Amino acid sequence: MDELIAALHSLLPADSVITDPVRLRTYECDGLTYHRATPGVVVLPETAEQIARVVRLCNDFGVPFVARGSGTGLSGGALPREDGVLVVTAKMRRILEIDLPNRRAVVEPGVTNLAITEAVRDQGYYYAPDPSSQQVCSIGGNVAENSGGAHCLKYGFTVNHVEACEIVTPEGDLVTLDRMDPGYDLLGAFIGSEGTLGIATKITVRLSRTPEAVTTVLAAFESIEQGGQAVSAIIGAGIVPAAIEMMDALSIEAAEAAVACAYPAGAGAVLIVELDGPAAEVEQQFARLREICSAAFELRVAAGPAERAAIWKGRKSAFAAVGRISPAYIVQDGVVPRTSLPAVLAAIDRLSREHRIRVANVFHAGDGNLHPLVLFDDGTPGEGERAEVVSGAILDLCIEHGGSITGEHGVGVDKSRYMPRMFGADDLDTMQLVRCAFDPRGLSNPGKVFPTPRLCGEVPGVRKGVHPLVESGKAEQF
Amino acid sequence: MTLAQIGVDVRQAGQGDAVRGVVPRWVALPTSVEEIAAVLRACAEQDLAVTPAGGRTKLGWAASPERCDVLLDLSRMDALLEHAAGDLVVRAQAGLPMDALAAALADKGQELALDVPPGWGATVGGTLAAGLAGPRAFRYGTARDLLIGVTVVLADGTIARSGGKVVKNVAGYDLGKLFTGSYGTLGVIAEATFRLHPLPAGRRWVVAEPDAAEVPAVAAALATAQAEPSAVEVDRPRQDGPVALAALVEGTAAEARAEALREIVGSGTVTAEPPAWWGRIPPGETLAEARFPPAATGAVLEAAGTALRGSPVSGRMLLATDERLGVSTLRKAVEEHGGRVVVLRTPDDDVDRWGQVSALGLMRRVKERFDPGRRMSPGRFVGGL
Repeated sequence: MDELIAALHSLLPADSVITDPVRLRTYECDGLTYHRATPGVVVLPETAEQIARVVRLCNDFGVPFVARGSGTGLSGGALPREDGVLVVTAKMRRILEIDLPNRRAVVEPGVTNLAITEAVRDQGYYYAPDPSSQQVCSIGGNVAENSGGAHCLKYGFTVNHVEACEIVTPEGDLVTLDRMDPGYDLLGAFIGSEGTLGIATKITVRLSRTPEAVTTVLAAFESIEQGGQAVSAIIGAGIVPAAIEMMDALSIEAAEAAVACAYPAGAGAVLIVELDGPAAEVEQQFARLREICSAAFELRVAAGPAERAAIWKGRKSAFAAVGRISPAYIVQDGVVPRTSLPAVLAAIDRLSREHRIRVANVFHAGDGNLHPLVLFDDGTPGEGERAEVVSGAILDLCIEHGGSITGEHGVGVDKSRYMPRMFGADDLDTMQLVRCAFDPRGLSNPGKVFPTPRLCGEVPGVRKGVHPLVESGKAEQF
Repeated sequence: MTLAQIGVDVRQAGQGDAVRGVVPRWVALPTSVEEIAAVLRACAEQDLAVTPAGGRTKLGWAASPERCDVLLDLSRMDALLEHAAGDLVVRAQAGLPMDALAAALADKGQELALDVPPGWGATVGGTLAAGLAGPRAFRYGTARDLLIGVTVVLADGTIARSGGKVVKNVAGYDLGKLFTGSYGTLGVIAEATFRLHPLPAGRRWVVAEPDAAEVPAVAAALATAQAEPSAVEVDRPRQDGPVALAALVEGTAAEARAEALREIVGSGTVTAEPPAWWGRIPPGETLAEARFPPAATGAVLEAAGTALRGSPVSGRMLLATDERLGVSTLRKAVEEHGGRVVVLRTPDDDVDRWGQVSALGLMRRVKERFDPGRRMSPGRFVGGL
């Protein structure tokens, strides 16, 4: 590592190489704080060429590297390696080009998601994917995780809004992946690969036109079942809202305690529905929505941006808010087919009672993306373990119902052990072919996404003994 | 086991089974994913090269395969496996014709928003493998944006799937995207799962014939119009002829929104039916696709010395001619504006079909990993992949 650090110093300005143990500690985790590792060294490159040189150096030394944007990820995708280099894109924050005639912008990976929208809002455009961390999360991280957000029900995910990426491959080559290019859709494979196929150094995003009208509705129901029925009815009526969010009584209580969101008292569930698009269309859809939500005991309609923000406030604060009603909690992320929501929610309720662990349910109801918040007291012996059991059982429920172990937070280190429950060995081995094409030496963010990476030279078959990657410390077994 | 021993229907191939001039020896007709795997395992044992086929609408497209022993005909795998209407999701076998899929979905008031020319006979698998975009890609994206899960069979017979049957899913690599547009060179697409949309409450087209010189500006205004067209297409049957323009509005209040678009165009009529050319492939022996930043529309219209049809708002147009297409000149002009030209179909053998590709090195490595024996449609695709 010392030799590598010396070589890094010769490549980068002095203030771009961090070796001070105290400063290294500040990078020991991302948004998933219960996995921690102090990076061997942190670099803060300023250009794509510098990243390429750092990666080539890692290849020379056979040392793994991990890319990190703002460190807001919730699955430990940016968890550093103690024996590796952490490449932080925080100094690459320039918006390089705004090209409104072609409705696109070219940005460096450290630019925040919201900064793109802010740069074009006055001209009537925005960048559609809106993860809830959008004020701080970086676009490079969004690309790695294929981030979604509340509005992806109608508008899709990062992968649907990125036109091209310049990347540094795991071997240190600068390559452009462009949707316009003929050939394999490597851009589509790269986005969402959680840093295992290289590092994005320049991203061309598509800009969307601000919709003419937006109507945000808060509907309060006595029970979660009634809320769920309304969701089904909205979809059944052929309406595709920009967002349909649901919160249960416990998460409402938490949001109330944290931000005084003043949602209707006594609600068993609230539904936030946002309609957007041409004014004439929104108006007609809203009339229909009002009929559909007739079971709601209160219906609030935001009259303007301030009231819209007030409606969203409770929902957006929900994750952090449960800290007010519980000493510790796990944020889970799973997906089920929308029609399975009632059955899955009932099963979560059973799990909760059986293990005496409270679960607050917040979810993107429109696309069946659940974010159960599993609450526990880490001061009470055994409760943390019981919470883990409930949290894991929820993922099993998602798999049982034909869903996914992650809708938007990624697999990272957190869920790699669940991958074999969702996919068979042949599926994972086939994905590994992509990995081996990009990263034959397994240096780019090893140990993430896949439980036991096969060495790229290995012939598929029964795995025996200690995996060579594990033995050499390049991968961990879960 | 040899191909004859695996219990899958295999017949002798004829001229009609040719893959762009290369006549295979056999046609295999699997009826299940397992049978596809059995065929590919047998082919692997005997080093036989395979080209998958669905509706055979694009067998003459792209380059000829270096070799083709077996045409893997998926037409018997034409089942709609599952339509979860409440979840707006459908799972189908690769050989299901897109028209049949559309009809079945329409019965439940839904659609797969992926346009293929009606009556053409294209299948689910072929539509994915070629990845050709239709008019409404402007609003809904292309095949890769609507595909949420896929089952593929690799050259060695391995059956693999990725994605699933939920729209929101970031677990694992997205093999569906990799296989979409791969022209059968990585393996066989056996089954696909798509996200669906409700059939729109209404559809209206604004059809006009603006002055050719005004088309780029009109298209740019339509692209950002808050009446939100789902598609804007132009059709120019002759190089120096008039340009027809049509914009589609879908959803509620379609009539009022179409009227708003008509005002932007400054002329034209609002109709409930598309013009005859809408979403169809322009006729001509040679067919090329230009992809370009939308602001280069004017330059593309000028550079294309052919009939042309496609989207000035998505930046994607098909160019068709019975003459020799001056590819290098055309490509140079389009690339100058940041675009690309791909020759989809041509009788000409010595044409550079693909042009420059930045990531060709990585693509080669992907091909080597998925198909080390070069048995899957070898040579059909970019850079001889």
